[in-house]
Amino acid sequence: MSVHEQFAEDLALYALNALEGDDRAILEKHLARCSECRLELEQLRGDGALLALSTVGPKPPARARQRLLDAVAKEAAPTLSQKTRKDGAPTVIAPRRSWWGALGWAATAAVIVFAASLSKENSALKETLASASAQAVQSARELDDLRKISAPLIAPEAQRITLVAMKTPPQPQGKAFYLRNRSSLVFMANNMPPLPPQKAYELWLIPMQGVPVPAGMFKPDARGSATVVNPPLPSGMEAKAFAITVENEAGASTPTMPIMMMGTGE
Amino acid sequence: MPNPERQGISPDLATVTAMKSGDQSALAELYDRYSSVVYAVALRVLGDTGAAEDVLQEVFLQLWRNPGAFDSARGSLGAWLAVITRNRSIDALRRRKPETDIEDVIVSVAPDLAGNADRSRAAEKVRGVLGTMPTLQRSALEMAYFEGMSHSEIATKTGEPLGTIKTRIRSGLIALRKAFQI
Repeated sequence: MSVHEQFAEDLALYALNALEGDDRAILEKHLARCSECRLELEQLRGDGALLALSTVGPKPPARARQRLLDAVAKEAAPTLSQKTRKDGAPTVIAPRRSWWGALGWAATAAVIVFAASLSKENSALKETLASASAQAVQSARELDDLRKISAPLIAPEAQRITLVAMKTPPQPQGKAFYLRNRSSLVFMANNMPPLPPQKAYELWLIPMQGVPVPAGMFKPDARGSATVVNPPLPSGMEAKAFAITVENEAGASTPTMPIMMMGTGE
Repeated sequence: MPNPERQGISPDLATVTAMKSGDQSALAELYDRYSSVVYAVALRVLGDTGAAEDVLQEVFLQLWRNPGAFDSARGSLGAWLAVITRNRSIDALRRRKPETDIEDVIVSVAPDLAGNADRSRAAEKVRGVLGTMPTLQRSALEMAYFEGMSHSEIATKTGEPLGTIKTRIRSGLIALRKAFQI
């Protein structure tokens, strides 16, 4: 690597927008004149992109596609007096008055003809999109149903109520939903006891063979609830069980006994 | 140095070019290709489906309004969208105005990420690398990347020296890169 070593670590932080203060200002000055470090910055952003691309999750709701296409259709016919700013927001430029009237009228006529052809093309595109939308209706319904079901599970503002037998103190409870072929895990916990300072709960995937694999750290909120969504996991690992231990906040690579909670698949 | 031949940009290039001429169906095509990636990244950072949907909308509207911001000669659209989405999501998480102009974000990646299968393979490989990474290193990397924490905030939270955090984050990123170098 041909990057200037004294900036190597700051470059990585800068690529993640995690560098602050004087270090950031000094590095930006250096970047302005060092093409090698600029290239390394681009690659570090690419490394971060790999991390982002490894994220798995549900597909967006079908209505999001229509929402986007509706918004775009509204913007689709910019007048010739509109330009686009650097940040992408349209800026309206006031028309200039000209004494060269005859040419102005000719230009106006040309614009009208051009706009008419654009309008025709726009109608054809709208028909294509309408057809695609119709095909998506069925899956949209299914996705909307799924979204309605999952929203109360993952929305932070959702009320979480656990019903227990009367006169029994609420017991800690965890539910793990694991999709092995996508390495996708959603875990929800309730009634978790408060933690000592500097400690956190760690979730473990206990594989059919081999040692437990870390499956995310969490701290319960004031109500004792917590969620872990899609922690990084080795691909395709079959789970015999999931377990929870109390660890230092930074996490552990092997569980510290005792195991606080454990559950096997249903 | 980035290697354009290995970056797999051509499948997206024609679509982006069509979109530049105002072709709405080209945007729809890109949405169908990348909305899952964008939404998954936003949801991972924000943990809220409504907020993630807003970022999804914002990212594709930005692409529509300013397709020239993506330099197709210098990287993969999927990787670029992932980075833009991550940055916008962190801005939303921290309730701050966008910190970087999307035109200033250039992303170079080695693996071919143009097709769904390519991205799935790459994602699987990355998850494999993360699975074998020391917990403290992976945790520092994820706090910086998905929670938008600065190195000093991570150092305060973990009680470790600033230098250690810096080293962990950089070597974590480099480990991901190395996994794709033959």
